[in-house]
Amino acid sequence: MDNQNEQALITQLFKTEYRKIIAVLCKLFGIVHIEIAEDITNDTFLLATETWGLKGIPENPTAWLYAVAKNKTKDYFKRDRTFSEKIVVDFKENQNLSEEIQVDLSIKNINDSQLQMIFAICNPIIPAEAQIGLALRILCGFGIEEIAEAFLTNKETINKRLFRAKEKLRTENITIELPTERDLNIRLETVLATLYLLFNEGYHSRTQKNHLRKELCLEAMRLNYFLLDNETTNKPIVNALMALMCYHASRFDARINEIGEPILYDQQDKSLWNEELITKGNYYLLQSAKGNEVSKFHLEANIAFWHSTKIDNPRKWDNILQAYNQLLLIEYSPIAALNRTYALAQVKGKQIAIVEAEKLNLSKNHFYYSLLGNLYTNIDNAKAIENYEIALNLARTNADLLSISNYLYYLKERKHNN
Amino acid sequence: MKEFMMIFKSEINESFGPSPEQMQSNIQQWMDWFGGIAAQGKIVHANRLSFEGKTLKTNHVITDGPYAEVKEIIGGYVVVKAANLDEAMKLAEGCPILSHGGHVEVRSIVPMNG
Repeated sequence: MDNQNEQALITQLFKTEYRKIIAVLCKLFGIVHIEIAEDITNDTFLLATETWGLKGIPENPTAWLYAVAKNKTKDYFKRDRTFSEKIVVDFKENQNLSEEIQVDLSIKNINDSQLQMIFAICNPIIPAEAQIGLALRILCGFGIEEIAEAFLTNKETINKRLFRAKEKLRTENITIELPTERDLNIRLETVLATLYLLFNEGYHSRTQKNHLRKELCLEAMRLNYFLLDNETTNKPIVNALMALMCYHASRFDARINEIGEPILYDQQDKSLWNEELITKGNYYLLQSAKGNEVSKFHLEANIAFWHSTKIDNPRKWDNILQAYNQLLLIEYSPIAALNRTYALAQVKGKQIAIVEAEKLNLSKNHFYYSLLGNLYTNIDNAKAIENYEIALNLARTNADLLSISNYLYYLKERKHNN
Repeated sequence: MKEFMMIFKSEINESFGPSPEQMQSNIQQWMDWFGGIAAQGKIVHANRLSFEGKTLKTNHVITDGPYAEVKEIIGGYVVVKAANLDEAMKLAEGCPILSHGGHVEVRSIVPMNG
């Protein structure tokens, strides 16, 4: 096998195994020693790169990595006495430590450790952005460079952000364990909020790199799947978020053209919607309905469900409007307010929606003027043009500028022809 | 921004018995109205009051129902944010209770620690 194949395999294994090894080691050492866990894991992959390049790829590469990680951990304990003494003290409280430290890389312990690490990292004591960064690094095995690219910033900023976050986890003495039954719901909320942010970071990412965007979304779904896979955390609200992410992800290939420009919902080629993901979304939506809770994820998943149906249903917009009404009562956001008003226009007509739109008080938001432009179209085209022109002045991204210009072009053409 | 409570009152109607369809359309009217205020980011919180309730009077006298000896019943309330009473009154416009013979009382809220 040539060098290129080795490198590809290592990259691949890095993606799948890095997070497993690091989770197990973090769990073993405690979050206080998260950097030692990182060092040992990094060293393991470094050794793989060096050795495999010279001697070829071992028969079972994953087992090789685990064995090396175990040995490196043992070496570390022998070498660094202060560290081992400190850790051994911690250990003796929890488990019977015979003579040597045992690194348990069984599937069960890997899964348990990863689930517990999700809760340790998605912790409200550190800022949301740092949670996402740390999740990408530790839970998803992303490189610092990739994280910087995703946030459109530089490596230094990310390094600093992650350092501060780890420092915080250390000083607050966060333990790696599942929350108690009593705290579970509130802790789950933070975890889900972070996973949703991670998903949105991919879905609406500022980066032009399409594969990276998709990967962020898939990682958020993968982490959510961890929660579903465990009985304790498989709650209706977790299913609701999964349904929501499945519906959004189903349009991934339809919403971007060959050169990376976004395609608006009503101009998408529906045959490109991923049926398998829509079916999965339907399954999780049903699961989410067990119980009485109606969270914002339930409502957003419900809206996404209606947007994922290809058949026209007369009750579609009515259902969407009701869901937005409820969503706004749970939590106000400008985008929900605008979408609600659009749904209102579909149900009650543009005239009524215009009256409500004028009350929204979102005069700095270009989507607001685009909405007014849309509502005034065919009612008062001069006003529609006026609003789209304000929107054009406020919009920043190429995609937004492009779509607004298209509407303006259409309106001005018609004016010209009349 | 100040906070105001809107209290929805209507007269007790013993023969009130809406059909499920009427109930559904009634709920939608309320939700559309609430949604309109919520879309302006002006709802602090909203609650509907159930018919379950009792009234406590002096000397430990408890009567059944929240509406004993009153002609009006409070069906629910919402706390909204508004610059002043006039703006709060504007928000109250279109409240579904007005088309069902009820009325909205709008009151300014004074914080206890303020």
